[in-house]
Amino acid sequence: MLVALSAVLTRTASAQGDSAITSNDPRIGLHAGLENAGEAARNLVLIGHVDRPQNFGNPQNPADFGFLNADLAFMGNYVYQGGFNGFQIWDVSNPNSPKLRTSMVCPGGQGDLSVYKNLMFMSVEETRGRLDCGAQGVSDTVSAERFRGIRIFDMTDVDHPKQVADVQTCRGSHTHTLVTDPNDQANVYIYVSGTGPVRSGSELAGCARGASLSDTTTSLFRIDIIKVPVAAPQNARIVNSPRIFADSAGAIAGLWKGGAHGTGTQTTAQTNMCHDITVYTAMGLAAGACSGNGILLDIKDPANPKRIAAVIDPNFAYWHSATFNNEGTKVLFTDEWGGGMAPRCRATDKMTWGADAIFYRAGNNLNLAGYYKLPVAQTEQENCVAHNGSLIPIPGRDIMAQAWYQGGVSVFDFTDPSHPKEIAFFDRGPMDSTKLMLGGDWAAYWYNGHLYASEIDRGLDVLDLKPSDQLSQNEIDAAKLIHFDVFNPQNQPKLVWPASFVVARAYLDQLVRGNGIASARSTAIARDLNRAEKLKGASERAALNQLAARLDQDSRTAADPSRVEALAASVRDLAKR
Amino acid sequence: MNRLLRQIVMCGLSCITARAASAQQAPHYTAADVRFMQGMIGHHAQALVMTALIPERTTRADIRALGQRIEVSQKDEIKMMQQWLRDRGQSVPNPDAQHEHQMMNMPGMTTSDTLMPGMLTTDQLAELAKARGTDFEKLFLKDMIQHHEGALSMVATLLGTTGSGQEPEVFRFAAEVDTDQRAEIARMSALLDRLGNTASPPQP
Repeated sequence: MLVALSAVLTRTASAQGDSAITSNDPRIGLHAGLENAGEAARNLVLIGHVDRPQNFGNPQNPADFGFLNADLAFMGNYVYQGGFNGFQIWDVSNPNSPKLRTSMVCPGGQGDLSVYKNLMFMSVEETRGRLDCGAQGVSDTVSAERFRGIRIFDMTDVDHPKQVADVQTCRGSHTHTLVTDPNDQANVYIYVSGTGPVRSGSELAGCARGASLSDTTTSLFRIDIIKVPVAAPQNARIVNSPRIFADSAGAIAGLWKGGAHGTGTQTTAQTNMCHDITVYTAMGLAAGACSGNGILLDIKDPANPKRIAAVIDPNFAYWHSATFNNEGTKVLFTDEWGGGMAPRCRATDKMTWGADAIFYRAGNNLNLAGYYKLPVAQTEQENCVAHNGSLIPIPGRDIMAQAWYQGGVSVFDFTDPSHPKEIAFFDRGPMDSTKLMLGGDWAAYWYNGHLYASEIDRGLDVLDLKPSDQLSQNEIDAAKLIHFDVFNPQNQPKLVWPASFVVARAYLDQLVRGNGIASARSTAIARDLNRAEKLKGASERAALNQLAARLDQDSRTAADPSRVEALAASVRDLAKR
Repeated sequence: MNRLLRQIVMCGLSCITARAASAQQAPHYTAADVRFMQGMIGHHAQALVMTALIPERTTRADIRALGQRIEVSQKDEIKMMQQWLRDRGQSVPNPDAQHEHQMMNMPGMTTSDTLMPGMLTTDQLAELAKARGTDFEKLFLKDMIQHHEGALSMVATLLGTTGSGQEPEVFRFAAEVDTDQRAEIARMSALLDRLGNTASPPQP
């Protein structure tokens, strides 16, 4: 069932500031360079770094498009770094010193990766992509050697990835999303977002380039869904190419037609593709960033997603990616104004353009609450705009790490989505002081206690979060309790914290910082927690239950009752251990 | 080979194992890539000639906004193409030359044999420059659709030329032109339909 376009825009939505900071910030005036650029950080520390392997770059042009690093995926002690020339697998058992485990030349861009059990999936979009991973390209305009779509590797032997299937698609694969089905362990699905030119029907049957809005045969205006039998990946195939932008009358081009929204607004791309889809399978939901719209999909039946909401935003040029908060009550969409290749964080650029737009979600309704943009101005020589990131699992708060290309990594709190606030950053100077050379951070993701950032030209960075007045050690330690065996950032996992005194103290720190409870009470609660921790067995349980009961009373009078309740729940979790 | 089977190509044709990654170069650009970039600069430059006509000929906000959008994107892309050519030591056309060349030509002296696909002849440009109000709006849309369709055909020619469009930066740019101009054509066609269905307002 389709729900009509609900373009509800809250006029009062505000950004975190009207203009970017241009002085008194260590990120201003950093000197340029590939390997010796100036660095600035606040509450983040670079603990590990590794360059691209030498054969994954062009020494004459470090920003050569053929070799860019792109997105990341994670499994066990490995970071999988995709790129336009192939991929790297880094062993981060010691995050201070990532070690190259496997490197494979397999060009075709963007090279986004997902991992699942023994399988790895890779996006290929360019016409130079080859079935055999050769780097020589494909000269013929119609060729059986060309590959554009999803490669599937068997990674049973991580040193020898074995390509076991190739699923060709009409527009290739710019990005993709691994979708797991809670009710079906035998299959996984790949949502393929193709954004490139449609190939000829004589190369791949059924591909059609029709661009007219009423041409129902066109390969535009859809996503492709691949079903992958986990035990027989060679049988992977496209099972559906749903027209998720259709209107209630069935017209396939049912969403934003492209263009400006009125005087002084941004010009938004036409919705004929998704750029990125983030699935939250725990809620049966997906958020699609689909060029001209942000959409919500019901994915309880993963092979048949149904659009349940669509929003527009007059400040958005190109809806690029999406992240849910852990409760699913907020959705953050990014706007990749300028395509990631342009300087869009200059002092003259609007703080609501090329930013994150944060929406409240209630059922099928999305309501704009505010914007977040890298708060400090960048130079003309730095491509900069909102890009990929993930939640940092701090209980009780919505905190995210995000890459801004040459704007670096920014960690911010969007618990109050109308007033998002930066709490940490890491940045380098431009690649070059005289001209813009494409570079910077493609993605920054939290994985098992550290932030990993994929640097387009410079390699891989590992960053550690440090406590500050905006983030306590207890909160960081609580984040470190969350452990994933596997993490594909566009397949967002539900965060559930184990019972721990650290979690309770994280909530308490938040109550103190926000004046959420009377200070006499917070002191007493801290003392009670310390005492209970020293006890054992039944006496510990009794002390904790007594504290929880007292916290229930506190919540009736506290300034932040729901946080006091969250603290009470975490204390009860401790008592049940 | 059966195209459907191609979707599920299995081991045998494509199974490979990771080799020690060897220093391989990405595909080199071709003469056709260079011609595409050089030709597209002139092509984009004419769009700027056309959008420069808007302010004195119509007050319609949607046409003006469309013109501004085309201007911004074509200027950005001209810069990018010039940089691409410069980085490869190729001759870099000056977009203003196109401009002056066509504007100084007398109507009737068509230069269509030197124009890239979809570009307006000098006569067409003169006709557009003479039009006002609704006539201008309709003609502008019609001409710009023709102009953009030419860009799509340039992309199709590029991707249809053996060995071309393989360098990743050329591919990315051609893909962008293809996406943007398709979307703009759809938008302009819808606008033209709307204009066609309304009576002409009185002209000043």
